[in-house]
Amino acid sequence: MKRKDIILIAVFLCVALAGLIAVRLIQSTGGALVKVTVDGKLYGTYDLYTDRTVEIKDELGYNKIVIKDGYADVTDADCPDRICVDHARIHNDHESIICLPHKLVVEISGGSDSGIDAKTQ
Amino acid sequence: MTKKITMSALMVALAMILSYIEVLIPFSFGIPGIKLGLANLVVVTALYLFGARQAFTISIVRIVLVAFTFGSLAALFYSLAGGMLSFLVMMLLRKVKGFSIMGVSVAGGVSHNIGQLIAAMLVVENLNLVLYAPVLLIAGVITGLLIGIAAKLILPSVKKAMRD
Repeated sequence: MKRKDIILIAVFLCVALAGLIAVRLIQSTGGALVKVTVDGKLYGTYDLYTDRTVEIKDELGYNKIVIKDGYADVTDADCPDRICVDHARIHNDHESIICLPHKLVVEISGGSDSGIDAKTQ
Repeated sequence: MTKKITMSALMVALAMILSYIEVLIPFSFGIPGIKLGLANLVVVTALYLFGARQAFTISIVRIVLVAFTFGSLAALFYSLAGGMLSFLVMMLLRKVKGFSIMGVSVAGGVSHNIGQLIAAMLVVENLNLVLYAPVLLIAGVITGLLIGIAAKLILPSVKKAMRD
């Protein structure tokens, strides 16, 4: 292990640490909306505080999203690794659950600092 | 010449096995589809043993074969993104004075993950994925270190075996 190697590793770790802090800050405020995107296209936007179940079944696969008690969670899916199902439930702004094989992104948005100061129910 | 071909074929096979077993290890950082990159061990070793062109061939052949045997078109895309970026970075860094196989391997590990992350971001067309970058950076450093240590250990033996 040479000197430059150690510097490189240190730089990577420092950037990673800074990134972790940034991510924590970005994801620190509560959210208001659950935005579901499939293959880059908006599938639906739902109120985070209205309990609801969204089931998506298309040619990419099946995912079940449950919005309950101000949290969004993926509770079932037929993708091979089910990482999306294992993922903890989310409720902070900019948090997301992703099912890559199904090109599904469930993200929280519309938190109090995102510029939305009123929305119609 | 035949020895080189045989060794390369062996390395592709080894890389395929490494690709396979990393699927068995339940290693998810909550980022679906993103693999550890254990096959990099073979690429790094080939890079220092045979040079860039040979190592590149081994890498590409492995990626394509793995994707077609137990992967999908999507898996091919992520694998190519990670593998190609990783190879490019390692090939270039190796030429820079002052870096040993450890640094090259770490850079390879990190760029492998970043390449896959970029591919994933393109597929789901979502910038939010970038929030996973810090975790992937750390994972890349760790796997890069482990692979670097392993490569450093086996390189002398392989070199010797090639000579006989």
